[in-house]
Amino acid sequence: MKTKLFLLATSATAFFAIHSASAVAQATIKIGEINSYKAQPAFLEPYKKGWELAQDEINAAGGVNGRKLETIFRDDNATPGDAVRVAEELVSREKVALLSGTFLSNVGLAVGDFAKQRKVLFIASEPLTDKLTWANGNDYTFRLRANTAMQTAMLVPEAAKLNKKRWGIVYPNYEYGQSAANWFKKYLLSQATGGVEFVEQAAPLGRIDAGSVVQAMLDAKVDAIFNVTFGADLQKFVREGNTRGLFNNRPVVSLLSGEPEYLDTLKDETPNGWIVTGYPWTEINTPEHKAFRDAYQKKFNDYPRLGSVVGYATVKSIAAMLKKSGSTDVAKMQAAMKNLEVMSPFGKIVWRAQDNQSTMGAYVGKLAKKDGKGVMVDWRYVDGKSVQPTDDEVKRLRVGAKK
Amino acid sequence: MSKALEVSGLKKSFGGVAAVRGIDFHADAGEAVALIGSNGAGKTTCFNLINGQLTPDGGRVSLFGLDITGRSPELLFRSGVARTFQITATFASMSVRENVQMALMSRHREVAGFFSLATSRHTVAANELLADVGLSEQASRPCAALAYGDLKRLELAVALANEPRLLLMDEPTAGMSPEERNALMRLALRVCRERKLALLFTEHDMDVVFTHADRIIVMNRGRLIAQGSPSEVRANEEVRAVYLGSLHV
Amino acid sequence: MTAFFVQTLNGLASASSLFLVAVGLSLIFGVTRIVNFAHGSFYMLGVYIAYTCATSLSGALGFWGGVLAAGLAVAVIGVLVEMLVLRRIYSSPELLQLIATFALVLIIKDAALAIWGPEDLLGPRAPGFTGAVEIFGRAFPTYDLLLIALGVAMLLVLTALMKKTRFGLLLRAATEDREMTDALGVNQKLLFTAVFALGSFLAGIGGALQLPREPATLAMDLGIIADVFVVVVIGGLGSLHGAFVAAIIISLVKAYCIGLGSQTLFGVEFEFSKLTLVAEFIVMALVLVFKPNGLFGKPIIHSQTSAAVELPLGKPSNIQLGALLAGILLLAAMPAVFDEYTSVLATDVLIFALFAASLGLIIGTAGLGSFGHAAYFGLGAYGAALATQAGFGFLSSLFLGAALALAAAMVFGWFCVRLSGTYMAMLTLAFAQIVWSIVFQWDAVTGGSNGLVGIWPPEALSDRDYFYWTTLTVCGVGVLVCWWVVYTPFGYALRAARDSTVKALAIGLSVKRLQWAGFALAGGLAGVAGAVYVFSKGSISPEVSAIPRSVDALVMVLLGGINTLLGPVVGAAVFTYLQDTLARSTDYWRAVLGAVILLLVMLFPRGIVGSIKQFAQRRRAA
Ligand SMILES: Nc1ncnc2c1ncn2[C@@H]1O[C@H](COP(=O)(O)OP(=O)(O)OP(=O)(O)O)[C@@H](O)[C@H]1O
Ligand SMILES: [Mg+2]
Repeated sequence: MKTKLFLLATSATAFFAIHSASAVAQATIKIGEINSYKAQPAFLEPYKKGWELAQDEINAAGGVNGRKLETIFRDDNATPGDAVRVAEELVSREKVALLSGTFLSNVGLAVGDFAKQRKVLFIASEPLTDKLTWANGNDYTFRLRANTAMQTAMLVPEAAKLNKKRWGIVYPNYEYGQSAANWFKKYLLSQATGGVEFVEQAAPLGRIDAGSVVQAMLDAKVDAIFNVTFGADLQKFVREGNTRGLFNNRPVVSLLSGEPEYLDTLKDETPNGWIVTGYPWTEINTPEHKAFRDAYQKKFNDYPRLGSVVGYATVKSIAAMLKKSGSTDVAKMQAAMKNLEVMSPFGKIVWRAQDNQSTMGAYVGKLAKKDGKGVMVDWRYVDGKSVQPTDDEVKRLRVGAKK
Repeated sequence: MSKALEVSGLKKSFGGVAAVRGIDFHADAGEAVALIGSNGAGKTTCFNLINGQLTPDGGRVSLFGLDITGRSPELLFRSGVARTFQITATFASMSVRENVQMALMSRHREVAGFFSLATSRHTVAANELLADVGLSEQASRPCAALAYGDLKRLELAVALANEPRLLLMDEPTAGMSPEERNALMRLALRVCRERKLALLFTEHDMDVVFTHADRIIVMNRGRLIAQGSPSEVRANEEVRAVYLGSLHV
Repeated sequence: MTAFFVQTLNGLASASSLFLVAVGLSLIFGVTRIVNFAHGSFYMLGVYIAYTCATSLSGALGFWGGVLAAGLAVAVIGVLVEMLVLRRIYSSPELLQLIATFALVLIIKDAALAIWGPEDLLGPRAPGFTGAVEIFGRAFPTYDLLLIALGVAMLLVLTALMKKTRFGLLLRAATEDREMTDALGVNQKLLFTAVFALGSFLAGIGGALQLPREPATLAMDLGIIADVFVVVVIGGLGSLHGAFVAAIIISLVKAYCIGLGSQTLFGVEFEFSKLTLVAEFIVMALVLVFKPNGLFGKPIIHSQTSAAVELPLGKPSNIQLGALLAGILLLAAMPAVFDEYTSVLATDVLIFALFAASLGLIIGTAGLGSFGHAAYFGLGAYGAALATQAGFGFLSSLFLGAALALAAAMVFGWFCVRLSGTYMAMLTLAFAQIVWSIVFQWDAVTGGSNGLVGIWPPEALSDRDYFYWTTLTVCGVGVLVCWWVVYTPFGYALRAARDSTVKALAIGLSVKRLQWAGFALAGGLAGVAGAVYVFSKGSISPEVSAIPRSVDALVMVLLGGINTLLGPVVGAAVFTYLQDTLARSTDYWRAVLGAVILLLVMLFPRGIVGSIKQFAQRRRAA
């Protein structure tokens, strides 16, 4: 029976054999960056590069308030539970000044709620769910990317102009897809001149039966299509749609499809004329974007994706906020975030005080094929501010939000 | 008075193989009946039909006049049927004593118990049963460490824990030395007489059969070909023919 | 009507490659009795390899040569896996083999990431089959027609192989009756390797043929493996024709769900396309409830190789009780010595310890397989979260969460214990997936994929150390219950039913009812763990009841040692610690975690605690 005692002792030491906290370097300001690096590498590898570019630029220029930025990257295993655990670790052991990151909406919401509970600042970079800054918003959580409602709102005027009656909606069957479909229906009903009706197809994320879905759209005799699928689902949908002639004389309005992450994989399958949101990185020649693009290409010998811009702009925002607050005191940082103005590769963005949402927008344009690759043409920048619901409505949407 | 066990027209086939093709026999309380037959004759199948492991295709089994055909083994256990298996079946992760305790707990309907230690239940009774079969020395050993003959004895102790009215033993002495065989059978017979239980057993060792059985039933290819006292069976021509030279009697 | 016909063709086209992959898994299972989780990874490798061939050598040679090359390359990988890994663990418990193949999934995924990069790779269309033909006025891809033909052709080829060749005879013999193969004087090792080669080849081809239909992505492995399990189980494990029929059923059901779109039933609008998330699992559950061995399967005789017999338990000794007390005191004193994050991590460990210990009751003490234990963890979590939102206090919420899990385990368990072995495990998986998809889609109540947030413990307990002590109390009591049960008459009866079912029945134990009670108890305890979990994180979302969470629990139990009391607890500690540390210190932590699990499984097939016990026994014996 000695064994049992021994076992108990070993299991106890397994508990205790955890590294002791590393010394806090006074000279740096630590950022705890949590993301699904392993689960979403296509977006997050460029994201991390953009992040590092911005951080290096800032540190080369002497840091913020005389202190350099240091980022501690942590993988959240794409689960909120693990994300909260690493957030605990970053806060209590690494003593980071603030948290940032997250890709998936459920992870973003969990970390946001954690931030409120533990009273730390959280700059969410990518999660798109509306709830993050509205229904479940709080005073500690801020978000960079335009949310689902705003992204959808950018496309609806274009959709309304098409004057089509019967719309087919294809969306991935989870909150992002459902929410985009609902906003689309709501906005289009209010903007369309004639009557409109909708036919919906919800596909399991990553596992769309594209042939059947395309067939169902054809059989339903839709006049136009609103697409919310992305990634592998989008590629399958496009290929089947091309083969089966779904896109002949049937305009398509599509969320996010112009982002290099999704567009580049389509290559010569890129459908002509789709109205999309995206990032035409080759053609944006504003000084701020040119500088960013050149520096990025020089440093990584690779072109920037949207993820790169998001990572870059997040760090720039954090640096600007720290400069303004002059302190890592949470209340001061919260105050500094309000109406913070930052120059991003997309131009000047503002972190709105009302709902902690930045006004970073997106580019709306049309897809076209050029040299066997997909590009965006006839594009224009849509400022996030212009697609924000009215202040009153945001107030109503934030009714569930907590202090 | 009705018979302890009465079997009539019992039938079972597996796919195309008719293992038991309609047999009738009985056993009285306090009587030891041997069921013999060459390999594959259908003996084990018969046992499985009687104790509910298998459902018969036809026929009837009754216990003291009560129809028990097709009842589940659990229910039959409650009505006083116990059995041992040809391929010994014991609880390998338990000690010898715990095997017997398990049966006692089941008999006393304590298996839903959450608030006691199983090893403290019925220790006295378990030790007595083990002493009866000569396993006292081994009581605390892991059952998996027992020799084959001892496992057979343990099975008997477990069966007796139920204080059965009908005891079915499928080749109870296989793997034992001649002395051990006779000792075990003497024990079984003593219990059979003392407690007035009906004992039905199969056996390949004819010495054992002809020494201990009150009556013998002979099966061949699923049919009953003879039954009667040892001397009657010994004299039966068909039995001699089937067993050829193997029956040195 | 014509729409229905075209949807049927769509379903058949999807069925083809599903059939190829599934039949490979089914053959492997039939002969080796290994449920190969890595089969989905083989499929994924097939797609990637075909992509590389088709894009580096253009034209028909690149594509069709690529299909063949993918099949062959994957066959070689399968053979290597069989010879280097699986061959060493054929005599281990079946679940351990499953864990080893799961470790391979992690390794292969990271290897693919390293080789092909993170981006989705959309391959070219098949040369000669790029367009569409008109069928009932609709353009139908010629490649899909080809796939349908290929599926039928492969069925015929495989049928001929099974019926006409000596290899096929051996495969059938090994599937139906192991002893017969021994009698045929076959080199078992060679047969196992050969069937792995064939099965992996089919997975590779099945993947390669999908190249024109879907891009190569890193998520394909787990994406397809669930479908493949379902097909193999519906068809009947080891059945060639079963796999064919089941692949068609599943694909058609999905195609028709999509074809139906939204329909109004009894005045309620119902979105059929949403069912595609879970349709296959509903079909599987229905089939298993009515046909416990699948449509064409025969009962599986599980070889009792795993009989690493435990020593009798006896009474807990004074030394053990003393050690237990000391352990509890040490755990209670921990926050005084270590930093706050240690308390956070230890809270996770305690929660998973209870989760794993409750699973240990099912797979260890009761000897039943479960792939779906996360369902009860998740239901406990959601029950507690919803109760909190409805205004219940902390303790009542814990209680209500556990009650919900218990209730579900009683309902599902009633069906599950009626099956045996792998079929039972698959039914638990199906129920877990159904729970997951309800939680995932029922936006109004469960918050859908986003889940529920803001479920924190009361102010007084929100300090990390206080919450750790709370967890230690609740989960500690839960673990003690798991341990205590093993010593009670009920626990003995469960073990009796596991050790010898016929004997248990013969001594009057109601085996099914006992197992049902055991399953329900374990479900309820997992629910307690889930309920505490939600308060430790403040939020909950559907992945708590998804397949990976169930697999995590299995890994913990087997890593620690099945059939040992401490095993699940030690397994939970080691696994959580490894994940936490590895994820922090390396980019390729997933592969490293897989490699560590694989090594542990191969070096310590009895788990950490089991191996230490065995070592101690040998020392004592020597
Ligand atoms: N579960 C089963 N499925 C198919 N056939 C069976 C089954 N059980 C028994 N049989 C067949 O039924 C026949 C009778 O078998 P049984 O085991 O009853 O014989 P037995 O008289 O007990 O033989 P032995 O002396 O070898 O124990 C045999 O041909 C056997 O192969
Ligand atoms: Mg027999």
